[in-house]
Amino acid sequence: MTKVKLPKFLIASVVFYAIIEALFRLEVLNGYILHIINQSLIFVILAASLNLINGITGQFSLGHMGFAGVGAYVSGTLTTIILKLNPTVTSNMGIFVLCLLAGGVAAAFIGFLIGFPSLRLKGDYLAIVTLGFGEIIRTVFNNIDYVGGPRGLLGIPKFSNFTLIFIAAFLLIVIMRNIIQSSHGRAMLSIRENELAADLVGINTTQYKVMAFTIGAFFAGIAGGLLAHLIQLAHPTQFGFIKSVEVLIMIYAGGVGSMTGSIIAAFGLTFLSEGLRIGIRALADATNLPIGGEWRMVIYSLLLIFIMLFRTEGLMGTKESRIIKIEEAD
Amino acid sequence: MSALLSIKNMTHYFGGLRAVSNFSYDIPQGTIYGLIGPNGSGKTTTFNLITGIYTPTEGKIFFQDKEITGMKPYKIVQTGVARTFQNLRIFSNLTALDNIRIARHFNTRSGLVSSVLRLPSFMNEERQVKKESRELLDLMHLSSRANELAKNLPYGELRRLEIARALATKPKLLLLDEPAAGMNPKEVEELMSLILRIRNEFKVTVFLIEHHMQVVMGICEYLKVIDFGETIAEGLPEAVGKDPKVLEAYLGKRGA
Repeated sequence: MTKVKLPKFLIASVVFYAIIEALFRLEVLNGYILHIINQSLIFVILAASLNLINGITGQFSLGHMGFAGVGAYVSGTLTTIILKLNPTVTSNMGIFVLCLLAGGVAAAFIGFLIGFPSLRLKGDYLAIVTLGFGEIIRTVFNNIDYVGGPRGLLGIPKFSNFTLIFIAAFLLIVIMRNIIQSSHGRAMLSIRENELAADLVGINTTQYKVMAFTIGAFFAGIAGGLLAHLIQLAHPTQFGFIKSVEVLIMIYAGGVGSMTGSIIAAFGLTFLSEGLRIGIRALADATNLPIGGEWRMVIYSLLLIFIMLFRTEGLMGTKESRIIKIEEAD
Repeated sequence: MSALLSIKNMTHYFGGLRAVSNFSYDIPQGTIYGLIGPNGSGKTTTFNLITGIYTPTEGKIFFQDKEITGMKPYKIVQTGVARTFQNLRIFSNLTALDNIRIARHFNTRSGLVSSVLRLPSFMNEERQVKKESRELLDLMHLSSRANELAKNLPYGELRRLEIARALATKPKLLLLDEPAAGMNPKEVEELMSLILRIRNEFKVTVFLIEHHMQVVMGICEYLKVIDFGETIAEGLPEAVGKDPKVLEAYLGKRGA
């Protein structure tokens, strides 16, 4: 009989959740910090889902935030409409979850549509197509008046909260981990390693590339929906190329192919970016130097350059923390 | 009985260059057949045509009497044709075990949902795949390397790993592209007995490309020689080895 092992990741996650929730209740953490934690968790979803496409399957995608945008606008529009028809649903989380899923499915569908023709391309060519696609999505939102055009979709109800975002991130990590540590995940890895060899051991490479794109897009759509209902806004600029690159930086800084790396980098870089904002303001106040918030990005970028120079493979390389990984039985 | 693999009048052009010209070869079940020729004579192109990487400009390829010309590579593998590569194509950042397990993938049945939920059927299948893959590593004397990343293995072991990976697809026909390349004499000896074992124990028909005359003369039952895409000789190894045309192709006119 196989020994029942304690699900380490579940325990670690529950402890994390309990600590944050307790600190917040005890007013050690203020709403601002909690907001950054929420944002970090959303970036965990975005980074880990892009990691499946980019790190595991080896398909360079530059349009990940486009999928998030589809999820944000679809779920945001749905909740706004429902709220208009029936203002009493503000506390109904079931409806919100359904709207989120609808956003995810819409994003997955777009991912699938984009995937089919473009995944015949490789490397740089694929990167350019995904970049173009992300920009198309952004431009479409920018030009549809119904969703606010360039002003963005305003007045989205604030459905997202720490618990919900946490559960979504938790489920994503478990699902990703279980896919990666299965025959399907190994099929995806083989494409990254050597596409021709994968083909010649009987892997339908096109199918797996489309699958990776569809699953990745689905979770990006969920993340987009969570973000829109957290900041109560969906704006075209949130889902442009620069934002996609930010997510890409996270997976490279964390280590391409490592989910642990994606999680650490999503938290680390989100906090770093916010921390620098506060730090620079404090420094400017204290020293009366004429340094403004724009210096934040200079320091942030320098730090990234240093990470890449001194740890080319990212913080974690391709290694996975033993908390996340399932130990294989023989 | 008709041949396991039957190539009929296959011709392939790269632009204006005729890489393979009117090539025909019947490979009966249970044999070890060879294809030799100088560098650039079109041997690897022939393998690429059989495995679907290229589609022949003219001619047809039959496997078990079914036409496979123009089929996608992964489908051809699934019908039972596996191959190795001249310049190794190993999944280098994965373990030796994973290299083998990936080749078992198309024979597994667990869907994505049962994989995510880790259903008992999925767990059983994973266990089965692991067991079979370990057996193959055993056969190739690679058991101790199972959890080693492939990129850390020495060259000779990588060659064996690639053969193990090809066998993991449960092929009926195994195409070996210069399996002895870069091996020392002792490794070549081992390779020859290994190829014979693969044929005898696994009932896998072997079709190999080789430069190494000791291997070709030692284990091949029949040979075909090509040069500049043209077939210049064929027959039993001893006869082919003495054919003046073959000597000329390999050594030049004077050498003959």
